[in-house]
Amino acid sequence: MERKLGKATRDAYGEALLEIAKIHPEVVVMDADLSKATKSVIFADQFPKRFINVGIQEANLVGVAVGLASCGKIPFISSFASFLVSKGFDQFRMGVAFSELNVKVVGSHGGISVGEDGASQMAIEDIALMTSLPGFVVIVPSDALSTRALILETAKYVGPVYLRTGRPKAPVVHRAGTEFKIGKGVRLREGKDVTILANGLEVFEALEAAERLAEDGISASVIDMHTVKPLDTELILEEAKRTGHVLVCEEHQIWGGLGSAVATFLAKKHPCKMGFVAIQDTFAESGKSDELLEKYGLTYPHIIKAAKKILGR
Amino acid sequence: MEKLSVEQLKAKAKLVRRHIVEMTGAAASGHPGGSLSCTEMLVALYFNLMEHNPQDPQWPDRDRLILSKGHASPALYSALAEAGYFDPKTLTDFRKLGSPLQGHPDRRKLPGVEASTGSLGQGLSMGIGMALARRLDNKNYYTYVITSDGEMNEGQTWEAAAMAAHHKVDHLIAFLDYNKFQLDDSTKNICDMEPVVEKWKAFRWHTFEIDGHDIKEVLHAVEKAKKVKGEPVMIIAHTVKGKGVSFMEHNNAFHGVAPTKDQVQQALKELA
Repeated sequence: MERKLGKATRDAYGEALLEIAKIHPEVVVMDADLSKATKSVIFADQFPKRFINVGIQEANLVGVAVGLASCGKIPFISSFASFLVSKGFDQFRMGVAFSELNVKVVGSHGGISVGEDGASQMAIEDIALMTSLPGFVVIVPSDALSTRALILETAKYVGPVYLRTGRPKAPVVHRAGTEFKIGKGVRLREGKDVTILANGLEVFEALEAAERLAEDGISASVIDMHTVKPLDTELILEEAKRTGHVLVCEEHQIWGGLGSAVATFLAKKHPCKMGFVAIQDTFAESGKSDELLEKYGLTYPHIIKAAKKILGR
Repeated sequence: MEKLSVEQLKAKAKLVRRHIVEMTGAAASGHPGGSLSCTEMLVALYFNLMEHNPQDPQWPDRDRLILSKGHASPALYSALAEAGYFDPKTLTDFRKLGSPLQGHPDRRKLPGVEASTGSLGQGLSMGIGMALARRLDNKNYYTYVITSDGEMNEGQTWEAAAMAAHHKVDHLIAFLDYNKFQLDDSTKNICDMEPVVEKWKAFRWHTFEIDGHDIKEVLHAVEKAKKVKGEPVMIIAHTVKGKGVSFMEHNNAFHGVAPTKDQVQQALKELA
């Protein structure tokens, strides 16, 4: 598959904010002094009165959003996922999840593809943390097109949502016209031997792997499982029953991510052979995005290897 | 709602204190000390200062109150019940399984509770959000927050303090229930935040200092606070933990421990 780079998902987020601002007058956007990096600045420039920059303070950022949401506003709050999720977690827990408030959280710079800035800037545990909160929807889009669509869906949906965006330009994996719904995976390729469930940048890697597996006579399904919670259990079950082999790929720590969610579900409903491509309980480091994905085991050759392993080939 | 006179408010405060003692006694748990210290503020707010409607708790133009020190829930519930949000007879269901009167306030369960609290330090931020929503919507309501001396230990308090002043957030009036104790010991011995008045002034909050048990001072401070434009307001209310019950006053043993049956009877005699 040709590696055609599109916009970064964070850019798609910033642009989508302009669209939802026009559809939903209640939308207010907030940032913690990273708007130029999260791209909420695109909204700030067009709608300065509906934009609040709180400064470098994530806990208060979330708390203020809670107050706004309780008065009927729809706050979209963004910062780096690494800081927003960990420093705002107590506030997400009591203020947003427990309070059942309509706060939308967009963590940028997810995963290790952040690159040169290094491990302190990389969120590799955000999905584990946010899926642990009752009622939170958790989404990891794969490319610009799906990010735009899922931000629009997020604005329509009533309730707390966490959506992760990334720093680097994202390879295009979806065709225009594809429908994206919260909680519904998108099948990009249908196969009979193994099912590869992926989200974020891993969707492209999974497609690359599937193409090469086909050359070796292995037929693989590839699903963009953008929503980690609620999980598209119907699609997972259908795939698991057909292929009997499920490989989950994510740019996240192996504990508590998409892989854990899928495994928990399949262990109950349809135990089958499973494999996991994820960050193996370690922090990453500085380097180029591609180099890091390779070193930490997230590129397509690693997916091919993992797929063959569960297939016993 | 009809606004009560100072004398009527004093009588209401006594009634609220009786509820606090009875409900923590019935639950055999809860936080009587810090509930008794913020009683006058809540009574002055719900029965004189605030525009609100117990028959329509979601009225969009209502004034809002956030009890940031959520462990003082007995005081909040008593005020809400007396104001007509629910039947005061149910107050003794406090902390019982299935009751909307949760240990700490839960906005999903009880009408009139504006914010779920209990993790300290979050109320000011929520209040800022409500005050900013007011500004965006061109409404005139006020947002009140009751915070505590212990909460000043929390970093988020100071994030909120700096941000509110920078954004010139007004129609936001906070009370600091300064009863000089936190769970483990006196504030002086755990994490002394003095000079408190100077801190809030330095953070560019319009600051008043009052006797938090003097109803007239509470009313007067809020009337002045409402005239402040372009600044958030902090009313530092000096209070006594356990106020109104002789054996609870200044006695930190009643921070998070309920009175026994005998102590309830003795307290009710004092509050007759």
